[in-house]
Amino acid sequence: MANKRNTTEKTMQAIFFSVATASIAILFMIMLFLFMEGLPIFKEVSVSDFLFGKYWYPTSDPADFGIFPLIIASLAVTALASAIAIPLGVMTAVYLAELASRRVAEIVKPLVELLAALPSVVIGFFGMVIVAPFLQDVFNLPTGLNMFNAALMLAFMSIPTITSISEDAIYSVPTALKEGSMALGATHWETLLRVILPASISGIATAVILGMSRAIGETMVVLMVAGGATMIPGSIFDPVRPMPASIAAEMAEAPFRGDHYYALFATGIVLFLFTLLFNIIADQIAHRYRQVGEASL
Amino acid sequence: MLRKNPLLAAAIALMMVFGAGSAFAENIVIKGSTTVLPIAQEVAEAYMKAYPDVKITISGGGSGNGIKAIIDGTTDIADSSRFIKDKEVKLALEKGAYPVPFAVAYDSIVPVVHPTNPIEDISLEDLKKIYMGKVTNWKELGGPDMKIVVISRDTSSGTYEVWEEKVMEKERVYPGALLQASNGAIATSVAKNKNAVGYVGIGYLNDEIKALTVGGIEGNKDTTLSGKFPISRALFMFTSGWPTGETMNFINFTMHPDKGQKYVEKVGFVPLW
Repeated sequence: MANKRNTTEKTMQAIFFSVATASIAILFMIMLFLFMEGLPIFKEVSVSDFLFGKYWYPTSDPADFGIFPLIIASLAVTALASAIAIPLGVMTAVYLAELASRRVAEIVKPLVELLAALPSVVIGFFGMVIVAPFLQDVFNLPTGLNMFNAALMLAFMSIPTITSISEDAIYSVPTALKEGSMALGATHWETLLRVILPASISGIATAVILGMSRAIGETMVVLMVAGGATMIPGSIFDPVRPMPASIAAEMAEAPFRGDHYYALFATGIVLFLFTLLFNIIADQIAHRYRQVGEASL
Repeated sequence: MLRKNPLLAAAIALMMVFGAGSAFAENIVIKGSTTVLPIAQEVAEAYMKAYPDVKITISGGGSGNGIKAIIDGTTDIADSSRFIKDKEVKLALEKGAYPVPFAVAYDSIVPVVHPTNPIEDISLEDLKKIYMGKVTNWKELGGPDMKIVVISRDTSSGTYEVWEEKVMEKERVYPGALLQASNGAIATSVAKNKNAVGYVGIGYLNDEIKALTVGGIEGNKDTTLSGKFPISRALFMFTSGWPTGETMNFINFTMHPDKGQKYVEKVGFVPLW
Protein backbone atom coordinates (compact mmCIF):
# COMPACT_ATOMS: atom_id res chain seq x y z
CA MET A 1 0.00 0.00 0.00
CA ALA A 2 2.73 2.41 0.98
CA ASN A 3 4.65 1.29 -2.07
CA LYS A 4 1.81 2.13 -4.39
CA ARG A 5 1.43 5.56 -2.85
CA ASN A 6 5.12 6.08 -3.36
CA THR A 7 4.89 5.22 -7.04
CA THR A 8 1.96 7.59 -7.53
CA GLU A 9 3.95 10.30 -5.81
CA LYS A 10 6.96 9.72 -8.06
CA THR A 11 4.85 9.61 -11.21
CA MET A 12 3.06 12.79 -10.37
CA GLN A 13 6.34 14.46 -9.62
CA ALA A 14 7.75 13.35 -12.95
CA ILE A 15 4.68 14.61 -14.81
CA PHE A 16 4.79 18.01 -13.19
CA PHE A 17 8.53 18.24 -13.70
CA SER A 18 8.18 17.57 -17.43
CA VAL A 19 5.36 20.10 -17.74
CA ALA A 20 7.53 22.71 -16.06
CA THR A 21 10.54 21.91 -18.24
CA ALA A 22 8.38 21.92 -21.37
CA SER A 23 7.53 25.59 -20.97
CA ILE A 24 11.18 26.43 -20.29
CA ALA A 25 12.21 24.38 -23.31
CA ILE A 26 9.70 26.23 -25.50
CA LEU A 27 10.99 29.57 -24.27
CA PHE A 28 14.53 28.43 -24.94
CA MET A 29 13.68 27.28 -28.45
CA ILE A 30 11.97 30.57 -29.25
CA MET A 31 15.10 32.38 -28.08
CA LEU A 32 17.30 30.12 -30.13
CA PHE A 33 15.17 30.74 -33.19
CA LEU A 34 15.15 34.48 -32.59
CA PHE A 35 18.94 34.58 -32.44
CA MET A 36 19.38 32.22 -35.38
CA GLU A 37 17.21 34.39 -37.60
CA GLY A 38 18.48 37.70 -36.30
CA LEU A 39 22.24 37.37 -36.03
CA PRO A 40 23.00 36.96 -39.78
CA ILE A 41 22.27 40.68 -40.32
CA PHE A 42 25.51 41.48 -38.53
CA LYS A 43 27.40 40.08 -41.50
CA GLU A 44 25.97 43.02 -43.45
CA VAL A 45 26.11 45.82 -40.87
CA SER A 46 28.16 46.18 -37.71
CA VAL A 47 26.39 45.99 -34.35
CA SER A 48 27.06 49.67 -33.63
CA ASP A 49 25.78 50.78 -37.06
CA PHE A 50 22.67 48.71 -36.47
CA LEU A 51 22.00 50.04 -32.96
CA PHE A 52 23.06 53.64 -33.53
CA GLY A 53 22.40 54.13 -37.24
CA LYS A 54 19.91 56.94 -37.77
CA TYR A 55 18.36 55.71 -41.02
CA TRP A 56 16.03 52.80 -41.53
CA TYR A 57 15.68 52.13 -45.26
CA PRO A 58 15.59 48.35 -45.37
CA THR A 59 14.40 48.03 -48.96
CA SER A 60 16.44 50.76 -50.63
CA ASP A 61 19.44 49.97 -52.72
CA PRO A 62 21.90 50.31 -50.97
CA ALA A 63 19.88 49.61 -47.81
CA ASP A 64 20.33 51.27 -44.43
CA PHE A 65 19.62 49.26 -41.29
CA GLY A 66 19.85 51.72 -38.41
CA ILE A 67 17.31 51.17 -35.64
CA PHE A 68 18.35 54.06 -33.38
CA PRO A 69 15.14 56.05 -34.06
CA LEU A 70 13.11 52.89 -33.33
CA ILE A 71 14.88 52.26 -30.01
CA ILE A 72 14.47 55.89 -28.97
CA ALA A 73 10.81 55.73 -29.96
CA SER A 74 10.21 52.61 -27.87
CA LEU A 75 11.96 54.05 -24.83
CA ALA A 76 10.31 57.46 -25.14
CA VAL A 77 6.81 56.05 -25.57
CA THR A 78 7.34 53.67 -22.64
CA ALA A 79 8.68 56.43 -20.40
CA LEU A 80 5.82 58.76 -21.24
CA ALA A 81 3.26 55.99 -20.77
CA SER A 82 4.82 55.17 -17.39
CA ALA A 83 4.73 58.81 -16.35
CA ILE A 84 0.99 58.71 -16.93
CA ALA A 85 0.26 55.19 -15.72
CA ILE A 86 2.39 54.95 -12.56
CA PRO A 87 0.78 57.79 -10.56
CA LEU A 88 -2.70 56.79 -11.69
CA GLY A 89 -2.12 53.09 -11.14
CA VAL A 90 -0.44 53.34 -7.74
CA MET A 91 -2.88 55.92 -6.43
CA THR A 92 -5.80 53.79 -7.53
CA ALA A 93 -4.22 50.87 -5.70
CA VAL A 94 -3.73 52.87 -2.51
CA TYR A 95 -7.30 54.05 -2.69
CA LEU A 96 -8.66 50.56 -3.24
CA ALA A 97 -6.57 48.94 -0.51
CA GLU A 98 -6.71 51.58 2.20
CA LEU A 99 -9.31 54.21 1.68
CA ALA A 100 -12.23 52.80 -0.23
CA SER A 101 -15.05 51.13 1.63
CA ARG A 102 -15.19 47.43 1.00
CA ARG A 103 -18.30 47.76 -1.14
CA VAL A 104 -16.75 50.36 -3.43
CA ALA A 105 -13.52 48.37 -3.70
CA GLU A 106 -15.45 45.26 -4.66
CA ILE A 107 -17.00 47.09 -7.58
CA VAL A 108 -14.04 49.19 -8.70
CA LYS A 109 -11.30 46.57 -8.63
CA PRO A 110 -12.95 44.16 -11.08
CA LEU A 111 -13.75 47.12 -13.33
CA VAL A 112 -10.12 48.23 -13.43
CA GLU A 113 -9.08 44.67 -14.15
CA LEU A 114 -11.65 44.53 -16.91
CA LEU A 115 -9.68 47.26 -18.64
CA ALA A 116 -6.93 44.68 -19.11
CA ALA A 117 -9.38 42.46 -20.93
CA LEU A 118 -9.90 44.99 -23.73
CA PRO A 119 -8.17 43.64 -26.84
CA SER A 120 -5.27 45.88 -27.87
CA VAL A 121 -6.69 46.29 -31.37
CA VAL A 122 -9.81 47.84 -29.88
CA ILE A 123 -7.74 50.30 -27.87
CA GLY A 124 -5.70 51.03 -31.00
CA PHE A 125 -8.82 51.68 -33.04
CA PHE A 126 -10.18 53.93 -30.32
CA GLY A 127 -6.91 55.88 -30.38
CA MET A 128 -6.93 56.16 -34.14
CA VAL A 129 -10.53 57.16 -34.71
CA ILE A 130 -11.50 59.06 -31.55
CA VAL A 131 -8.40 60.25 -29.71
CA ALA A 132 -6.29 61.25 -32.73
CA PRO A 133 -8.77 63.78 -34.23
CA PHE A 134 -9.47 65.05 -30.70
CA LEU A 135 -5.79 65.69 -29.93
CA GLN A 136 -5.34 67.26 -33.33
CA ASP A 137 -8.14 69.76 -32.72
CA VAL A 138 -7.37 70.54 -29.09
CA PHE A 139 -3.62 71.05 -29.47
CA ASN A 140 -3.83 72.23 -33.08
CA LEU A 141 -1.37 69.59 -34.25
CA PRO A 142 -0.59 68.49 -37.80
CA THR A 143 -1.44 64.92 -36.83
CA GLY A 144 -3.05 63.22 -33.85
CA LEU A 145 -1.20 59.99 -34.55
CA ASN A 146 1.83 60.66 -32.39
CA MET A 147 3.88 59.69 -29.38
CA PHE A 148 1.50 61.27 -26.89
CA ASN A 149 -1.50 59.42 -28.26
CA ALA A 150 0.41 56.13 -28.18
CA ALA A 151 1.61 56.77 -24.62
CA LEU A 152 -1.93 57.55 -23.52
CA MET A 153 -3.25 54.30 -25.00
CA LEU A 154 -0.36 52.29 -23.53
CA ALA A 155 -1.01 53.89 -20.13
CA PHE A 156 -4.61 52.62 -20.36
CA MET A 157 -3.24 49.16 -20.94
CA SER A 158 -0.68 49.15 -18.13
CA ILE A 159 -2.83 50.74 -15.42
CA PRO A 160 -4.72 47.48 -14.68
CA THR A 161 -1.44 45.56 -14.29
CA ILE A 162 0.03 48.20 -12.01
CA THR A 163 -3.12 48.68 -9.95
CA SER A 164 -3.90 45.04 -9.49
CA ILE A 165 -0.41 43.95 -8.38
CA SER A 166 0.18 47.06 -6.23
CA GLU A 167 -3.15 46.64 -4.55
CA ASP A 168 -2.28 43.09 -3.59
CA ALA A 169 1.06 44.28 -2.19
CA ILE A 170 -0.49 47.10 -0.16
CA TYR A 171 -3.31 44.91 1.07
CA SER A 172 -0.91 42.28 2.34
CA VAL A 173 1.01 44.67 4.60
CA PRO A 174 0.54 43.09 8.06
CA THR A 175 -2.20 44.81 10.09
CA ALA A 176 0.13 44.84 13.10
CA LEU A 177 2.36 47.40 11.34
CA LYS A 178 -0.57 49.66 10.71
CA GLU A 179 -1.92 49.26 14.23
CA GLY A 180 1.53 49.94 15.67
CA SER A 181 1.82 53.15 13.73
CA MET A 182 -1.63 54.29 14.72
CA ALA A 183 -0.91 53.42 18.36
CA LEU A 184 2.10 55.71 18.28
CA GLY A 185 -0.17 58.56 17.37
CA ALA A 186 0.41 58.75 13.60
CA THR A 187 -2.54 59.85 11.49
CA HIS A 188 -3.95 57.62 8.80
CA TRP A 189 -2.18 59.74 6.17
CA GLU A 190 1.18 59.47 7.96
CA THR A 191 0.73 55.75 8.41
CA LEU A 192 -0.04 55.38 4.73
CA LEU A 193 2.95 57.40 3.57
CA ARG A 194 5.59 56.34 6.10
CA VAL A 195 4.63 52.79 6.95
CA ILE A 196 2.38 51.13 4.43
CA LEU A 197 3.97 52.39 1.23
CA PRO A 198 7.57 51.59 2.32
CA ALA A 199 6.44 48.16 3.47
CA SER A 200 4.89 47.38 0.11
CA ILE A 201 7.48 49.10 -2.07
CA SER A 202 8.85 45.85 -3.53
CA GLY A 203 5.41 44.79 -4.70
CA ILE A 204 4.70 48.22 -6.13
CA ALA A 205 8.04 48.33 -7.95
CA THR A 206 7.38 44.91 -9.45
CA ALA A 207 3.97 46.10 -10.56
CA VAL A 208 5.43 49.19 -12.18
CA ILE A 209 8.08 47.28 -14.07
CA LEU A 210 5.66 44.62 -15.27
CA GLY A 211 3.42 47.44 -16.46
CA MET A 212 6.33 49.02 -18.30
CA SER A 213 7.36 45.79 -19.97
CA ARG A 214 3.80 45.40 -21.12
CA ALA A 215 4.02 48.88 -22.65
CA ILE A 216 7.34 48.37 -24.42
CA GLY A 217 6.28 45.08 -25.98
CA GLU A 218 2.83 46.20 -27.06
CA THR A 219 2.51 46.04 -30.82
CA MET A 220 -0.95 46.68 -32.19
CA VAL A 221 -1.56 49.95 -30.38
CA VAL A 222 1.72 51.56 -31.38
CA LEU A 223 1.34 50.31 -34.93
CA MET A 224 -2.04 52.00 -35.17
CA VAL A 225 -1.59 55.25 -33.25
CA ALA A 226 2.12 56.12 -32.90
CA GLY A 227 2.28 57.51 -36.44
CA GLY A 228 5.24 55.46 -37.60
CA ALA A 229 7.79 58.07 -38.66
CA THR A 230 11.32 56.70 -38.35
CA MET A 231 12.82 59.85 -36.96
CA ILE A 232 14.08 60.86 -33.56
CA PRO A 233 11.19 62.77 -31.97
CA GLY A 234 11.70 66.43 -31.10
CA SER A 235 8.55 66.77 -29.03
CA ILE A 236 5.98 64.49 -27.46
CA PHE A 237 3.62 65.38 -30.30
CA ASP A 238 5.89 64.02 -33.02
CA PRO A 239 5.01 60.77 -34.74
CA VAL A 240 7.34 57.91 -33.86
CA ARG A 241 7.83 54.27 -34.78
CA PRO A 242 8.57 51.96 -31.85
CA MET A 243 10.31 48.65 -32.55
CA PRO A 244 7.27 46.33 -32.37
CA ALA A 245 5.39 48.49 -34.89
CA SER A 246 8.22 48.25 -37.37
CA ILE A 247 8.43 44.48 -37.01
CA ALA A 248 4.68 44.01 -37.35
CA ALA A 249 4.32 46.31 -40.35
CA GLU A 250 7.19 44.93 -42.37
CA MET A 251 7.59 41.28 -41.42
CA ALA A 252 4.73 39.91 -43.51
CA GLU A 253 6.26 40.97 -46.79
CA ALA A 254 9.98 40.92 -46.06
CA PRO A 255 11.60 38.31 -48.36
CA PHE A 256 12.19 35.11 -46.41
CA ARG A 257 15.77 35.03 -45.08
CA GLY A 258 16.74 38.23 -46.85
CA ASP A 259 18.64 41.02 -45.13
CA HIS A 260 15.44 42.86 -44.28
CA TYR A 261 14.04 39.73 -42.64
CA TYR A 262 17.21 39.24 -40.60
CA ALA A 263 17.21 42.92 -39.60
CA LEU A 264 13.63 42.63 -38.32
CA PHE A 265 14.53 39.59 -36.24
CA ALA A 266 17.56 41.43 -34.91
CA THR A 267 15.20 44.24 -33.89
CA GLY A 268 13.23 41.53 -32.12
CA ILE A 269 16.39 40.50 -30.25
CA VAL A 270 16.91 44.08 -29.06
CA LEU A 271 13.29 44.25 -27.91
CA PHE A 272 13.66 40.91 -26.15
CA LEU A 273 16.79 42.13 -24.33
CA PHE A 274 14.90 45.20 -23.13
CA THR A 275 12.00 43.20 -21.70
CA LEU A 276 14.44 40.71 -20.22
CA LEU A 277 16.24 43.57 -18.51
CA PHE A 278 12.95 44.87 -17.11
CA ASN A 279 12.08 41.46 -15.76
CA ILE A 280 15.49 41.00 -14.16
CA ILE A 281 15.18 44.41 -12.49
CA ALA A 282 11.70 43.54 -11.24
CA ASP A 283 12.99 40.28 -9.86
CA GLN A 284 15.94 41.96 -8.14
CA ILE A 285 13.75 44.57 -6.51
CA ALA A 286 11.29 41.94 -5.38
CA HIS A 287 14.12 40.05 -3.67
CA ARG A 288 16.06 42.93 -2.25
CA TYR A 289 13.27 44.85 -0.64
CA ARG A 290 11.15 41.95 0.35
CA GLN A 291 9.30 42.54 3.57
CA VAL A 292 10.27 39.62 5.78
CA GLY A 293 8.03 39.47 8.80
CA GLU A 294 7.48 42.71 10.67
CA ALA A 295 10.95 43.31 12.00
CA SER A 296 12.79 44.43 8.90
CA LEU A 297 11.31 47.88 8.59
CA MET B 1 15.19 20.96 -38.59
CA LEU B 2 14.92 24.66 -39.32
CA ARG B 3 18.04 24.64 -41.42
CA LYS B 4 16.67 21.77 -43.43
CA ASN B 5 13.45 23.61 -44.11
CA PRO B 6 14.35 25.29 -47.42
CA LEU B 7 15.54 21.93 -48.71
CA LEU B 8 12.39 20.29 -47.55
CA ALA B 9 10.30 23.00 -49.20
CA ALA B 10 12.25 22.63 -52.43
CA ALA B 11 11.78 18.87 -52.31
CA ILE B 12 8.04 19.25 -51.85
CA ALA B 13 7.89 21.76 -54.66
CA LEU B 14 9.83 19.39 -56.91
CA MET B 15 7.52 16.53 -56.05
CA MET B 16 4.60 18.72 -57.01
CA VAL B 17 6.14 19.66 -60.33
CA PHE B 18 6.88 16.07 -61.20
CA GLY B 19 3.63 14.95 -59.65
CA ALA B 20 1.84 17.09 -62.24
CA GLY B 21 2.37 14.27 -64.74
CA SER B 22 0.17 11.82 -62.89
CA ALA B 23 -3.20 11.14 -64.44
CA PHE B 24 -5.48 11.89 -61.48
CA ALA B 25 -4.61 15.00 -59.47
CA GLU B 26 -3.18 17.87 -61.49
CA ASN B 27 -1.01 20.29 -59.57
CA ILE B 28 -0.03 23.87 -60.29
CA VAL B 29 2.61 25.64 -58.23
CA ILE B 30 2.56 29.43 -58.08
CA LYS B 31 5.25 31.49 -56.40
CA GLY B 32 6.46 35.05 -56.19
CA SER B 33 5.29 38.62 -55.71
CA THR B 34 3.19 39.33 -52.66
CA THR B 35 1.48 42.11 -54.64
CA VAL B 36 0.10 39.60 -57.12
CA LEU B 37 -0.60 37.09 -54.35
CA PRO B 38 -4.18 38.21 -53.61
CA ILE B 39 -5.04 37.96 -57.33
CA ALA B 40 -3.51 34.50 -57.58
CA GLN B 41 -5.34 33.40 -54.45
CA GLU B 42 -8.77 34.59 -55.56
CA VAL B 43 -8.38 33.25 -59.09
CA ALA B 44 -6.98 29.93 -57.87
CA GLU B 45 -9.88 29.49 -55.49
CA ALA B 46 -12.37 30.04 -58.31
CA TYR B 47 -10.33 27.79 -60.60
CA MET B 48 -10.28 24.94 -58.10
CA LYS B 49 -14.01 25.28 -57.68
CA ALA B 50 -14.47 24.99 -61.45
CA TYR B 51 -11.95 22.13 -61.78
CA PRO B 52 -12.09 20.21 -58.50
CA ASP B 53 -9.38 17.71 -59.45
CA VAL B 54 -6.72 20.41 -59.84
CA LYS B 55 -4.66 21.39 -56.82
CA ILE B 56 -2.97 24.78 -56.77
CA THR B 57 -0.24 25.65 -54.29
CA ILE B 58 0.51 29.34 -53.85
CA SER B 59 3.28 31.03 -51.92
CA GLY B 60 4.77 34.52 -51.70
CA GLY B 61 8.44 35.37 -51.32
CA GLY B 62 8.75 38.33 -53.65
CA SER B 63 9.07 38.84 -57.40
CA GLY B 64 12.78 38.05 -57.42
CA ASN B 65 12.24 34.70 -55.73
CA GLY B 66 9.39 33.87 -58.10
CA ILE B 67 11.47 34.49 -61.22
CA LYS B 68 14.36 32.58 -59.69
CA ALA B 69 12.00 29.66 -59.18
CA ILE B 70 10.97 29.79 -62.85
CA ILE B 71 14.62 29.73 -63.88
CA ASP B 72 15.33 26.81 -61.53
CA GLY B 73 12.18 25.03 -62.65
CA THR B 74 10.74 24.78 -59.12
CA THR B 75 7.45 26.45 -59.99
CA ASP B 76 4.92 26.41 -62.83
CA ILE B 77 3.97 30.06 -62.60
CA ALA B 78 5.95 32.97 -61.15
CA ASP B 79 4.03 36.04 -59.97
CA SER B 80 5.93 39.23 -60.52
CA SER B 81 5.14 42.88 -59.91
CA ARG B 82 7.87 43.93 -62.39
CA PHE B 83 9.17 42.83 -65.78
CA ILE B 84 12.03 40.33 -65.88
CA LYS B 85 15.51 41.92 -65.68
CA ASP B 86 18.17 41.43 -68.39
CA LYS B 87 20.37 39.65 -65.89
CA GLU B 88 17.61 37.17 -65.14
CA VAL B 89 16.88 36.55 -68.84
CA LYS B 90 20.54 35.76 -69.41
CA LEU B 91 20.65 33.39 -66.44
CA ALA B 92 17.46 31.70 -67.63
CA LEU B 93 18.80 31.12 -71.13
CA GLU B 94 22.02 29.69 -69.69
CA LYS B 95 19.95 27.22 -67.70
CA GLY B 96 17.80 26.40 -70.72
CA ALA B 97 14.63 28.02 -69.39
CA TYR B 98 12.58 30.39 -71.50
CA PRO B 99 10.40 32.65 -69.31
CA VAL B 100 7.20 33.86 -71.00
CA PRO B 101 5.43 36.91 -69.50
CA PHE B 102 1.66 37.38 -69.25
CA ALA B 103 0.37 40.72 -68.00
CA VAL B 104 -2.60 39.76 -65.80
CA ALA B 105 -3.58 43.10 -64.24
CA TYR B 106 -2.58 46.71 -63.71
CA ASP B 107 -1.70 48.27 -60.40
CA SER B 108 -2.57 51.96 -60.22
CA ILE B 109 -1.67 54.11 -57.21
CA VAL B 110 -3.57 57.36 -56.65
CA PRO B 111 -2.48 60.23 -54.37
CA VAL B 112 -5.26 61.19 -51.93
CA VAL B 113 -6.03 64.07 -49.59
CA HIS B 114 -8.78 65.07 -47.16
CA PRO B 115 -12.01 66.13 -48.97
CA THR B 116 -11.76 69.65 -47.50
CA ASN B 117 -8.38 70.22 -49.13
CA PRO B 118 -8.89 72.64 -52.07
CA ILE B 119 -6.01 71.14 -54.08
CA GLU B 120 -7.28 69.19 -57.09
CA ASP B 121 -4.22 68.48 -59.14
CA ILE B 122 -0.58 67.85 -58.38
CA SER B 123 2.50 67.26 -60.52
CA LEU B 124 4.82 64.30 -60.14
CA GLU B 125 7.66 66.65 -59.14
CA ASP B 126 5.59 68.23 -56.36
CA LEU B 127 4.62 64.81 -55.06
CA LYS B 128 8.27 63.84 -55.01
CA LYS B 129 9.18 67.04 -53.14
CA ILE B 130 6.45 66.43 -50.58
CA TYR B 131 7.60 62.89 -49.95
CA MET B 132 11.25 63.98 -49.73
CA GLY B 133 10.25 66.47 -47.05
CA LYS B 134 11.21 69.48 -49.19
CA VAL B 135 7.70 70.92 -49.49
CA THR B 136 6.14 70.96 -46.02
CA ASN B 137 3.22 73.37 -46.26
CA TRP B 138 0.14 73.25 -48.47
CA LYS B 139 0.43 76.95 -49.23
CA GLU B 140 3.57 76.26 -51.24
CA LEU B 141 1.29 74.39 -53.62
CA GLY B 142 -1.38 77.07 -53.63
CA GLY B 143 -3.42 75.55 -50.83
CA PRO B 144 -4.21 76.82 -47.33
CA ASP B 145 -1.48 77.54 -44.75
CA MET B 146 -1.33 74.08 -43.20
CA LYS B 147 1.52 71.74 -42.49
CA ILE B 148 1.54 68.74 -44.81
CA VAL B 149 1.28 65.41 -43.02
CA VAL B 150 2.89 62.84 -45.26
CA ILE B 151 1.57 59.30 -45.00
CA SER B 152 3.42 56.45 -46.63
CA ARG B 153 3.27 52.66 -46.66
CA ASP B 154 5.64 50.20 -45.03
CA THR B 155 8.66 49.78 -47.28
CA SER B 156 8.11 46.12 -48.04
CA SER B 157 4.68 46.61 -49.61
CA GLY B 158 4.11 46.49 -53.34
CA THR B 159 2.25 49.79 -53.19
CA TYR B 160 5.33 51.48 -51.77
CA GLU B 161 7.40 49.82 -54.49
CA VAL B 162 5.33 51.48 -57.24
CA TRP B 163 5.47 54.81 -55.44
CA GLU B 164 9.23 54.58 -55.02
CA GLU B 165 9.70 53.65 -58.67
CA LYS B 166 7.27 56.05 -60.34
CA VAL B 167 7.24 59.05 -58.02
CA MET B 168 10.41 59.01 -55.94
CA GLU B 169 12.74 57.93 -58.76
CA LYS B 170 15.47 56.50 -56.50
CA GLU B 171 15.10 59.26 -53.91
CA ARG B 172 14.13 58.19 -50.40
CA VAL B 173 10.90 59.01 -48.61
CA TYR B 174 11.98 61.26 -45.72
CA PRO B 175 12.02 59.72 -42.23
CA GLY B 176 9.29 62.02 -40.91
CA ALA B 177 6.65 60.41 -43.11
CA LEU B 178 3.97 58.55 -41.17
CA LEU B 179 3.67 54.85 -41.76
CA GLN B 180 0.51 52.85 -42.24
CA ALA B 181 0.55 49.12 -42.81
CA SER B 182 -2.27 48.81 -45.34
CA ASN B 183 -4.20 50.62 -48.06
CA GLY B 184 -7.24 50.65 -45.80
CA ALA B 185 -5.31 52.23 -42.93
CA ILE B 186 -4.03 54.99 -45.23
CA ALA B 187 -7.57 55.70 -46.42
CA THR B 188 -8.81 55.93 -42.80
CA SER B 189 -6.02 58.18 -41.60
CA VAL B 190 -6.30 60.53 -44.57
CA ALA B 191 -10.06 60.70 -44.05
CA LYS B 192 -9.46 61.67 -40.41
CA ASN B 193 -6.80 64.33 -41.00
CA LYS B 194 -7.31 67.47 -43.06
CA ASN B 195 -3.55 68.06 -43.37
CA ALA B 196 -2.75 64.63 -44.74
CA VAL B 197 -1.62 63.34 -48.09
CA GLY B 198 -1.36 59.62 -48.77
CA TYR B 199 -1.57 57.14 -51.61
CA VAL B 200 -3.75 54.08 -52.14
CA GLY B 201 -4.38 51.43 -54.75
CA ILE B 202 -7.17 52.45 -57.09
CA GLY B 203 -9.54 49.88 -55.59
CA TYR B 204 -9.38 51.59 -52.20
CA LEU B 205 -10.72 55.01 -53.21
CA ASN B 206 -13.89 56.01 -51.38
CA ASP B 207 -16.09 59.03 -50.66
CA GLU B 208 -14.22 60.01 -47.50
CA ILE B 209 -10.99 60.80 -49.31
CA LYS B 210 -10.30 62.94 -52.36
CA ALA B 211 -8.23 61.53 -55.22
CA LEU B 212 -5.87 64.04 -56.83
CA THR B 213 -5.28 64.18 -60.54
CA VAL B 214 -1.61 63.84 -61.43
CA GLY B 215 -0.41 66.33 -64.03
CA GLY B 216 -4.06 66.85 -65.04
CA ILE B 217 -4.75 63.15 -65.51
CA GLU B 218 -7.30 61.39 -63.39
CA GLY B 219 -6.29 57.96 -62.15
CA ASN B 220 -8.97 55.57 -63.38
CA LYS B 221 -9.36 52.39 -65.36
CA ASP B 222 -9.16 54.05 -68.79
CA THR B 223 -6.11 56.23 -68.11
CA THR B 224 -4.35 53.25 -66.55
CA LEU B 225 -5.02 50.99 -69.51
CA SER B 226 -4.04 53.67 -72.03
CA GLY B 227 -0.81 54.23 -70.10
CA LYS B 228 -1.55 57.94 -69.57
CA PHE B 229 -1.72 57.78 -65.79
CA PRO B 230 1.90 57.87 -64.65
CA ILE B 231 1.73 56.00 -61.33
CA SER B 232 0.83 52.55 -62.54
CA ARG B 233 2.46 49.32 -63.60
CA ALA B 234 1.58 45.97 -65.07
CA LEU B 235 1.55 42.84 -62.94
CA PHE B 236 2.82 39.64 -64.52
CA MET B 237 2.66 35.92 -64.36
CA PHE B 238 5.64 34.17 -65.93
CA THR B 239 5.70 30.61 -67.16
CA SER B 240 8.69 28.56 -68.25
CA GLY B 241 8.28 28.22 -72.01
CA TRP B 242 4.87 28.61 -73.63
CA PRO B 243 2.49 27.07 -71.09
CA THR B 244 0.79 23.74 -71.77
CA GLY B 245 -1.88 21.61 -70.12
CA GLU B 246 -3.30 22.80 -66.79
CA THR B 247 -0.94 25.79 -66.60
CA MET B 248 -2.16 27.07 -69.98
CA ASN B 249 -5.72 26.55 -68.85
CA PHE B 250 -5.08 28.49 -65.63
CA ILE B 251 -3.45 31.43 -67.44
CA ASN B 252 -6.40 31.57 -69.86
CA PHE B 253 -8.79 31.46 -66.93
CA THR B 254 -6.93 34.32 -65.22
CA MET B 255 -7.05 36.52 -68.31
CA HIS B 256 -10.69 35.76 -69.18
CA PRO B 257 -12.81 38.92 -68.72
CA ASP B 258 -15.71 37.07 -67.07
CA LYS B 259 -13.61 34.69 -64.99
CA GLY B 260 -10.20 35.69 -63.61
CA GLN B 261 -10.41 39.40 -64.39
CA LYS B 262 -13.51 39.68 -62.21
CA TYR B 263 -11.36 38.82 -59.19
CA VAL B 264 -8.62 41.25 -60.25
CA GLU B 265 -11.09 44.07 -59.76
CA LYS B 266 -12.35 42.55 -56.53
CA VAL B 267 -8.93 42.70 -54.86
CA GLY B 268 -8.37 46.32 -55.85
CA PHE B 269 -6.43 46.18 -59.13
CA VAL B 270 -7.27 47.32 -62.65
CA PRO B 271 -8.42 44.49 -64.93
CA LEU B 272 -6.96 44.14 -68.42
CA TRP B 273 -10.17 45.01 -70.26
